[in-house]
Amino acid sequence: MAEYATPTTEQEFAENFAQLKPLMSNSEALLESSRCLFCFDAPCIKACPSGIDIPLFIRQINSGNATGAARTIYEANYFGNACGKVCPTEVLCEGSCVYTATGAKPIEIGRLQSHATRQVIDQGKHLFQPGAPTGFRVAVIGAGPAGISCACELRKLGHEVEVFEAKSKPSGLTLYGVAPYKITNEETLAEMAYLEAQFGFRVHYNHAISTRPDLEKLEQAYDVIFLGIGLGHTSSLGLPGEDRENCVGAVEFIEQLRIRQEQTTVGRKVIVLGGGNTAMDAASESARLGAEKVVLAYRRGKEEMGAYEFEYDLAKGVGVQGLFNVAPLEIVGNGKVEGVKFVRTATLNGQVQTVPGSEFVEACDMVIKATGQAKQTSFLSLIPELQVDGKGRIVFNPNTGQTTNPRYFASGDAANGGAEVVNAAAEAKAAAHGIHQYLTKSHLSS
Amino acid sequence: MPDLSINFAGIKSPNPFWLASAPPTNSGYQVMKAFDAGWGGAVWKTLGVPVVNVSSRYGSVDYRDKRMMGFNNIELISDRPLADNLREIEEVKKRFPHHAVIASLMVQSRQEWHDIVRDAENAGSDGIELNFGCPHGMCERGMGSAVGQEPEVLQTIVEWVMEVARIPVIVKLTPNISDITEPAMAARRGGANAISLINTIQSIVGVDLDLFAPYPIVDGKGSNGGYCGPAVKPIALNMVKNCAQHPDVRLPISGIGGIETWRDAVEHILLGASSVQVCTAAMHYGFGIIREMTSGLEQYMSEKGFRTIDDMVGRALPNVKHWEDLNLKYKVTAHINPDKCIGCQLCYTACEDGAHQAIKLNAGTRIPEIIDENCVGCNLCSLVCPVEQCITMERRDDGTQHQTWKERTAADDIPVTFNDERAGGLHHWVPEPAAALGKEKHKTLPGKARQYQEVVVTE
Repeated sequence: MAEYATPTTEQEFAENFAQLKPLMSNSEALLESSRCLFCFDAPCIKACPSGIDIPLFIRQINSGNATGAARTIYEANYFGNACGKVCPTEVLCEGSCVYTATGAKPIEIGRLQSHATRQVIDQGKHLFQPGAPTGFRVAVIGAGPAGISCACELRKLGHEVEVFEAKSKPSGLTLYGVAPYKITNEETLAEMAYLEAQFGFRVHYNHAISTRPDLEKLEQAYDVIFLGIGLGHTSSLGLPGEDRENCVGAVEFIEQLRIRQEQTTVGRKVIVLGGGNTAMDAASESARLGAEKVVLAYRRGKEEMGAYEFEYDLAKGVGVQGLFNVAPLEIVGNGKVEGVKFVRTATLNGQVQTVPGSEFVEACDMVIKATGQAKQTSFLSLIPELQVDGKGRIVFNPNTGQTTNPRYFASGDAANGGAEVVNAAAEAKAAAHGIHQYLTKSHLSS
Repeated sequence: MPDLSINFAGIKSPNPFWLASAPPTNSGYQVMKAFDAGWGGAVWKTLGVPVVNVSSRYGSVDYRDKRMMGFNNIELISDRPLADNLREIEEVKKRFPHHAVIASLMVQSRQEWHDIVRDAENAGSDGIELNFGCPHGMCERGMGSAVGQEPEVLQTIVEWVMEVARIPVIVKLTPNISDITEPAMAARRGGANAISLINTIQSIVGVDLDLFAPYPIVDGKGSNGGYCGPAVKPIALNMVKNCAQHPDVRLPISGIGGIETWRDAVEHILLGASSVQVCTAAMHYGFGIIREMTSGLEQYMSEKGFRTIDDMVGRALPNVKHWEDLNLKYKVTAHINPDKCIGCQLCYTACEDGAHQAIKLNAGTRIPEIIDENCVGCNLCSLVCPVEQCITMERRDDGTQHQTWKERTAADDIPVTFNDERAGGLHHWVPEPAAALGKEKHKTLPGKARQYQEVVVTE
C-alpha cells in the first residue's frame, strides 16, 4: 500500500493531511447557498445539537450578509468555525437535509458554516461584547470546547471568568485530539483568539488544577466552579506487554501528531486496536504519515463498530485494512513491539466469545490503542458531594449543568462520557445559563 | 420533418429565430457569425443619427446564483457610421441571400426618413423595422419611445415611411404605455405591414448600496434604462396576445421579450407571434444557443404534428379569455404524493402564511396533509414544491357544469351583498385571528432555534 510517502516538510504534511472540508470561495458559497430550500421546521436545525438556525445563516450568506450569518452561528455555538469543520455533519445536519430524499447531494452545511465564520475571524470583525458586570466570579477548569463555550456565555451575561488550563493552548481536543485533515492548528487557535478578544475572559495556561488545595483556592476565590475537564489518558487494556516501546494510546498519539506534525514518528506496520471514531482517525493518520501497512483490529464484526460509516470509509480510502472478530491477548516483542497476539472471536447471543485454539500473532512495529479514554475519577473524588455514575461520568442536570455539589457545574466529555465538540459547546452554553440562574437567584435570596 | 421556414409579412427566413436589433447585431461580423451558427434572421442595430454613448451601459438582475434574470441597458442606437453599416448589410445579404436582414431605423424629419428608408433598401435589406421603442437617450431627442407613446405621431411617421418603402415595414412598439393596442392600431392605420413587440421596459435594475446610485453606474450617477431578459417574458406574452386578439390590429407580429429557449419561443408563437426575436440570451450565452432553440422547436412540432410555423401561430389564443368567461363550476384541490414528498414543508408554510390555511402537519411525519374542505385550488403549494409532480392539482367537479360570471350577470344571479348566500367567501372557513398566536411555537422557528427556558437550579 503506502498511498502516502512519509512527510518530511510542513508542505508535505499539509498535502498528506489536506483539509476534508476546505474553505469555500465566495462563488462556491453563492452556488451552494442558492440550493437551500429554506425548509419549514428544518430538519437540519433539529439534527444540530447546538440548534444553529441553519436555513437562516445559509440565506444570509446567499443575500451577501456573511457577517450576519456568522452571528447566527455564533449565537448558537461559540465553536462555530470548528464545528463546521470537525462535526460529523454526515450524520447530523447534512444527514438530515431533505435533498437526500431526492437522491441529490445534501447542502454542504459544514463548509458554508465555516465560510461565514472564517470571514469574521479573518477580518477580526467582533460580534459580541461582555455583559454589564455582575460582580460574580466563576472559575472554569479546562479550556476545551466546554470550558471556552461556558466562559464566553458567562462573560456575555456579565460574570467574571478565569479559565485554568493544564496545557499550553486552548480548545482541548479540537486542537489536541481531532484529526489534522479536519482542522488545522492555526484555524483552531484563530477562533480561540477571536473569542477571547471579544469576551475578555482570562486563561491561565500550564496551570493544572489537580489537588484538593488547588480546588480549595478556587472555592474560596470564586462563586462557582465549572468543570470542563474532559476525559483522561487512554485506558489501559491490562494486557501483557502493554508497556513495550511503541505501544501507545491513540489520544497521546494524536496529541503528538497535532503538536509535532511531520516530526511525528510512526511505525512501518501499525496495528490500531479499537472500532470507534478515534481508532479510525489513528489508522488514517498512521497511513498519512507514511506507514506501509495499517491494520485496524476490532473484536467484533465490521457492522458493530462504533465509528460512523463515513469515518471507516475514510480510513479504507487511505488503505487501512480491517481485521475483525479478533481480541488482543498480548503485545509481543522484545523491549520494542514486534506484534500483537490475537485470538479470534465469535459473537453468540450478543456476547463476544473467544474461539479456543485460534490464537495467532500479527506482526507490527507499532500498536495504537484506541480503546477509550479513562475518566478522571480520582480528581473528581476531591470535590465534596460530587457524585459520578457507574461509568465514571459526573452526575449532572443536563438543563443546568449543575452537579450534586451546587457550586460545581459541568458539561462536555466529563459529564456526557465523551461526545462531539458540538455537544460540549451546546451543553456548556446551557450550563452557563444554569450558573447564571444559580448566581442571580442565590444572590437575591441572601 | 417540420418546416421551420417562415414568410413574415413578405420577409422570408429559414427559421423564425431572428436576432433583435441590439448589440449582437451591431456589425456585419456578428450577423454573419450568427447566420453561420444557425440564426434565421437579424434586425440590424438601429441606424439613424450620430450618437455618443456612455461607458458602463448594462445592468443585471440576478436571482440567487442565476445571472441576468433581468437585464437593462442605457446604450443608444448604432454609433457606427451609417455608410459602414449599409456596406456591411450589403455584404451579409450577398453571402446569405436566403436569410432575413431587417434594417432598424430611427430618424426625425420626413426627409430623413425617406433618405434612410431608401438607403436601407438599396443596401439589400429584406425589411425595415421602425424603432419607436427605445426608452432612454433617444426619446429625449423626440425619437424612440417618444414616438411609440404617441399613436398619432407614430401613424404620421409610418405614413412618411410608407410613401417610399418598397420592402415590408415592421413597427416596433414600446411597452411603456397603458394599452399596447393603441400604437398597434396606429401602425396599421399608417399602413405598416407588421408589428414587433416588446421593446424594453423603463427600469432601474438595482441600486448600489454603497454608492447610493442606480445601476449601471456612470461616474457615480445612473439613469433609467431599458429592461429585458427572461424576467420580461410574461409582460411581453400578454402584450403579444393583446395585439393578436384585437380585431383592429390584424398585423403579423414578431414576438420579442424574454425568449431564451425553444419553449419561450413556442409560447410567443402560440399567442400569435409568427417570428420571434432574441437579444439577451445571445448576449448572455452567445450565438450557440440557437442550436437548442431550433432543435427544441423542431422536436415540439414533430410531436404535435405541426408541419409549419403557421400551423401553430395563435393556437392558444382561443383559450385566453376574459376572467368573466371562466367556468366558476370548475374545482381543483391539491394532492400530495407521499412517496415523492421529501418533507421540506414549504407547501405547509406557504399555504398557512400565504394562502388559505388548507395544509396541516401531523405528529410523527414530515409529510403535510391537505385539508380538502379548506383548499380553494389556488396552486400555490404545487408551485413552491421543489419535487417534480409531487403536489398535483386534482379535478374535483364532475365536469358536467359550466357557468361563468358573465352568464350569471346576464341571468341576474350575482351576489349583491356580502351576506348573500351566493357570495364567494361567505362559506369559506378562516381560523379565528388569535388562533395564530404561538401556533408554531413548538416548531423550531427560524431565528429562534433554541431558547434557554427558565432553568431550575439547586441553591
